[in-house]
This record gives sequence, C-alpha cells and structure tokens, in this order.
Amino acid sequence: MTVAALPTQAAAAHEENPWARAWRRLKRRKGAMAALIVVVALILLAVLAPWIAPYDPTATSFTTVRKPPSWAHWFGTDEVGRDVLSRILFGARASLSAGLVSVGIAVGAGVPLGLLAGYAGGWIDAVLSRVVDAMLAIPFLILAIALAAFLGPSLSNAMIAIGVTATPVFIRLTRGQTLGAKVEDYVEAARAVGNPHWRIALRHVLPNIVPPLLVQASLAIAGAIIAEAALSFLGLGQQPPAPSWGSMLNTAQRFIAQAPWMAFWPGFAIFFAVLSFNLLGDGLRDALDPRHK
Amino acid sequence: MLAFLTQRLLQIIPTLIIVSMLIFGLQQLLPGDPALIMAGEERDPKVLAEIREQYRLDQPIPVQYFYWVKGVLTGNLGESMRLKSSVSSLVAEKLPVTLQLAFMALLIAIGVGIPAGIVSAVKKETPWDYAANLFALWGLSTPNFWLGILMIFLFSVTLGWLPASGYVRLGEDWKASLATTVMPAFVLGNALAAVLMRHTRSAMLQAMGTDYVRTARAKGLHENRVVLKHALRNAMTPVITLLALDFGTLLSGAVLTEQIFSIPGFGKLIVDSVFNRDYAVVQGVVLVTSSIYISLNLLADIAYMLVNPRLRG
Repeated sequence: MTVAALPTQAAAAHEENPWARAWRRLKRRKGAMAALIVVVALILLAVLAPWIAPYDPTATSFTTVRKPPSWAHWFGTDEVGRDVLSRILFGARASLSAGLVSVGIAVGAGVPLGLLAGYAGGWIDAVLSRVVDAMLAIPFLILAIALAAFLGPSLSNAMIAIGVTATPVFIRLTRGQTLGAKVEDYVEAARAVGNPHWRIALRHVLPNIVPPLLVQASLAIAGAIIAEAALSFLGLGQQPPAPSWGSMLNTAQRFIAQAPWMAFWPGFAIFFAVLSFNLLGDGLRDALDPRHK
Repeated sequence: MLAFLTQRLLQIIPTLIIVSMLIFGLQQLLPGDPALIMAGEERDPKVLAEIREQYRLDQPIPVQYFYWVKGVLTGNLGESMRLKSSVSSLVAEKLPVTLQLAFMALLIAIGVGIPAGIVSAVKKETPWDYAANLFALWGLSTPNFWLGILMIFLFSVTLGWLPASGYVRLGEDWKASLATTVMPAFVLGNALAAVLMRHTRSAMLQAMGTDYVRTARAKGLHENRVVLKHALRNAMTPVITLLALDFGTLLSGAVLTEQIFSIPGFGKLIVDSVFNRDYAVVQGVVLVTSSIYISLNLLADIAYMLVNPRLRG
C-alpha cells in the first residue's frame, strides 16, 4: 500500500453509506440479531403454516379432547381435540399480519400527515396537532376496543382499529423530526435552488427522518401484536374457529385447571413475537442513532 | 408561572373539544340505525319514532352533538340502556374499584421499577444491569392477560393461596380486598415497573455523569450518599412526570386485567358495554378516562415546574 492511497481510503470510510453503517452496527448487537432471526423465522413459519402444520388447525376430534403434550401432539390438544401446535402456527398468520398491516396503516397515514404538519406549519399544523393530542389522550387499548366494537368484530376491523389508534404517534414523531430537518442546511440549499415544496418534503426531508420512524415502526409492531391478541382475547378480533393466539388464550382460561398447556403455548408465542420486535427496535435505535457510539 | 398555567389550561380546551367530537363521532361509525338497535325486537314504526324523538336521532348530527355536550357539561353522561341507570352513577360506582387496582399497581411498579433502575445505572454493564434489563424486556413483552392466567394457575389452582376471581370492597373487609386485588395489581404493575426501570436507568445514568455528582464524590462523600441524595433526587424529576403519562397505560391494562380476574371495575364496564352495544356507557367511560388522562398530564407539567427551579421564573 502506498502513502498516496491512504487519503482516498480514509475518504471512502468517511463516506460510508449510513445504511451500511447501521447494518454493521446492528450486526454487532447479539440481542438484536437474534431478534431479527426470530422475526424472519416467525414470518417463515406463518407463511409456510399450511405445509408444516402437523394437523388441520380447525379439525376437531372427540377422541383427542384436552390431551397433554405428547409425541403425536407436541403442544397438546384443546377442548374440542384440535392440535395446539397447528393452531399456534396458523395463529402466527393472524398476529403477524395484524402487526404488519396495522402498523402499515399507521405509517401510511401518519407519516404523510406528520410531514404535512411539520413542513407546512401554520393552521394545518395547529389543527393536526390538536387532533393528535386528543387521540393520544384516549388510552391506546380503550380507543382500539371502542373502534373495533363500533366497526364490528373481525380480524380486518381489528387491524383497522389498531392502525388508526397507532397513527397519532407516527404523526407526532414525523412532525417533530420534520421540524428539525426543515431548518438544516441541506434543506435550505434545496429550497435555494428552487425545488418545489413537495419535492423538498419527499426527497430531502423524508429520507433523513426514516431512522427514527423505522425504530418506532418496529416497536409499534410489538404493540400491535399485543393489541390484536388483546382484541381477539376479548372476542373483537379473529373470529372462531379461525385460530388466533388471543382467542386461544381466552378459551384456555376456562380450562386452566384441567389443561394448562392450552394457556401456556399461545401466551408464550405472543411473548416471544413481541419480545423479538421490541429487541429489534432497541437494536435499531442503537444502530441508527448517530449520537450513539 | 401563572402565564404558563393559563396557557396550558387554554391548550386543554381544544383538546377536550376534539376528544368529545371523536367520542361522539364513534357512534356515527355504527352500521345500521341506532333506533333499531335500541328497540331490539320491537319493529313498530310508532315506537321507533318515539325512540328517535327521545334520543334526538331525528335531528342533524351537529344538533345531537350539541345536546350530548350540554348533557356532559351538566354531569349527565346519558343513560345505560342495559342497566337502566345513569352512566354517571355507573362511573361513580366502578371508578373507585379501578383506582384501587391502579394505585396498588403503581405502588408495586414503583417498588420494583425504581430500585431496579437505580441498581442497573449504578452497576452499569455488570450482571446486575443485564438482569434488570432482562426484567424490563420481560415486563414490556408479556401480555398481561397471559401473565394473569399463569398467576391464577400457580397461586389459585395449584397452590390455592389466593382467590382466582372476584372482588371485595376495601371498606368491607380489607384483608379479603387485598387478597382479591394483589394478583391483578401485580399483573397490571408488571409492565409499568419495566417502563419505570428504563426511565429511572436513563435518568440516573445522566445524573451520574453531571458535575454536581463529581463534586459530591470529590468532597469525599460516601458513594451511597452520592447516589441516593445527589443523583437520585435530580433523576427523579423526569421519572415522576413520566409516571403521570404512564397512568394511561394502567387504565388500558385494567381493561384486560379486570376481565381475567372478574373485577367489576371500569375496564369490565367498558368491555361489557361494548358487547351489549350499550354505546352511551362506552362513550361516557372513554370520555371520563381521557379527561382523567388529560388532567394528569396537566398535573405532571405543573409538578415538573414546581420541582425544577429553573422553570419557575
């Protein structure tokens, strides 16, 4: 290596793509990487459920009612003889899709509105901020329950209810980040060369506020999975006989003395999924925050 | 200070108005004719017309909203169609139950979360810190309805120490009351303890790095005194204000916890009303809950001002 090669190498290291740097940092965090692997595995299990589930999740059998875990039924069977493992695998579909879809709704609605409030300011900001305050003043689950109840019990309505309830957090976060980014030199520069507002907002502000949104999205998925399980537990989410972790727990509560395994596995599945998204969110926060070394 | 208070109070008004609009608007989401739902089996057009007139369903929505707000402002939250009593009296009956539960949960959360946060900050990057962080992750990730069921299995079904469900009023028999509420309070406090631990840890870490803590150490003070007197006192300010905000989490959590332990509180009232399509109760409960939450937010801001001399001005 010649001396002349050094400056360019140093410059290359300095200009490392922020995403590459974030990935490098994330890879160093064992907890976050384990969580990422679990999340990917859970998604695969949910997608592949029809092929890997040992039994039909809705097939009842009077000869296998409330059997404890065995070689034939690893997680035992439920009150009408359905295989708990198969129901957990299929239940992952409801939980994960609820997590992803409702956060998708929240991001899809919250980010543009937050960007608008932060960038436009004035009365638009004042009105949106008051609505956000008002929505955040109603406790999360209570608002989700009220919305789900008024919309009618079904998995898709539960997703909408959770998505709408999670939206204000994204509006507030995006607005705050936009306010910060708006006064940065690169935005001033983009404005000075005559870019239209929409272009500045979408091309210059938005990409720079993605990291905190990504962290929030990961934590929001964890919250949405718990919320979906809670709504299903109350009977406002996935409707029987379709399996969902929350409704399985609801049934299991009635048989806790005779068949505790019915309660253990679905709860553990929720815990495991939520833990993974929480850990991933924490890891992303550490990896994406430039102030964090 | 006065200017701040006035400004803060004025800010609440639009928030409350929008909250009331949102809550009222929920009813408009209802599929079908509310009069038909209220009438139940009854399909007599005369009865339906009477219901419409009585509940002003024949009026435009803004007029209905106006009458609803007028009622709310005079303490009339409407009438429960199922329980045939006023929503205000239902709230007055159920709220103390949930407040007892929330208060006990708060005590448990403070008792566990704050010491855990202090230890984890003082013993940063030691097994103590890792254990406290694991505990926080557990608390944040455990669905409280699962924890409730597991506790019922352990303490009621297997060991037989505590009743699995039911509620006894504090005034009736305090021992029985505590026995019926200790498990739900623990379930409810678990997640809050985790949040508190994280808040305390980061506030303590920040305080431990400040000049006044270095000065206290340089004076030769005992480490315990430095931690408990100098760092902790300053670190507690943000933690206490965040506590008020976390109260909303407790109210949300109470919905499921009360359901599992069959505790006749606020949370159970809302769920039962949801299933019986008793919308006046749902609206009333949501309104009361958010008003409590908004007031606590205000109190937190005032408390923050009072303990932080730099903001008093």
